[in-house]
Amino acid sequence: MNLDATFAALADPTRRAILARLASGEASVAELSEPFDMSQPAISKHLKVLEKAGLISRGVDAQRRPRKLEAAPLAEANEWLERYREYWERSYMQLDVLLEEMQGLRKKKRAPARRKGQQK
Amino acid sequence: MNTMSGNVQVTARGDNEIVVTRAFNAPRALVYEAMTKPALLKRWLGVFGGWSLDECEVDARMGGRYRYVWKGPNGERMGMGGTYREVVPGERLVATEQFDEAWYPGEAVSTTSFTERDGRTTLAMTIVYSSKETRDAVLKTPMAEGMSKGYDALDALLASQQAK
Repeated sequence: MNLDATFAALADPTRRAILARLASGEASVAELSEPFDMSQPAISKHLKVLEKAGLISRGVDAQRRPRKLEAAPLAEANEWLERYREYWERSYMQLDVLLEEMQGLRKKKRAPARRKGQQK
Repeated sequence: MNTMSGNVQVTARGDNEIVVTRAFNAPRALVYEAMTKPALLKRWLGVFGGWSLDECEVDARMGGRYRYVWKGPNGERMGMGGTYREVVPGERLVATEQFDEAWYPGEAVSTTSFTERDGRTTLAMTIVYSSKETRDAVLKTPMAEGMSKGYDALDALLASQQAK
């Protein structure tokens, strides 16, 4: 599997939108060109890139020649979902450090008072 | 996988929601503070990979607004903001969110809840998008462009592919 081709294919917003559309079921070229307000040849060009990247394939209906989503490369591209997770993971790791620091400061503030109490 | 830092869980729920949860080793009052005080937010929110939270204004009251602007390693700027719809200090925050350069249509609404147990706080953030299509686009495509600002993982991945 060629990740470069996958990412190159995913880099274009129209192709991402096509994939999002195909995620809800297969569709013909005509059906795909409608919501995007693009000519069928223009859509076909995008489909070719997606097909080459292995992100989509052709369905069985010979007349409609519907395109459908291919699960495997997308699973890999699903690392994008992972990236969303990563954004929060990396942010939250910083938050961990901050929270630890905040708790340390509070303990320090309380500590002298406690010592005072013990001396009594 | 269980790491010391805890796991962020990201799940798609229903038609148009994403839920992000994570536990923190701190009481919820502190976590709430870290999420609503600009000086503290600047320490952690999206702050990695050369990005800083350059501008941060938070008016955590019902109807109050918040605004974040991040600055990237090459001077890129990315801003977002919204309005608080519900504020229960230490418990619950509901706010709208919209990015300056809208990478998804419409406004999303995020609900953050803080649940404390044995001194640990679980943060659950539910983001509701305006439609299923938007949610799916966020989850299934490189939506991360807007949210995930550190590109090092991708850079490394692409570099390793090119090296082959």
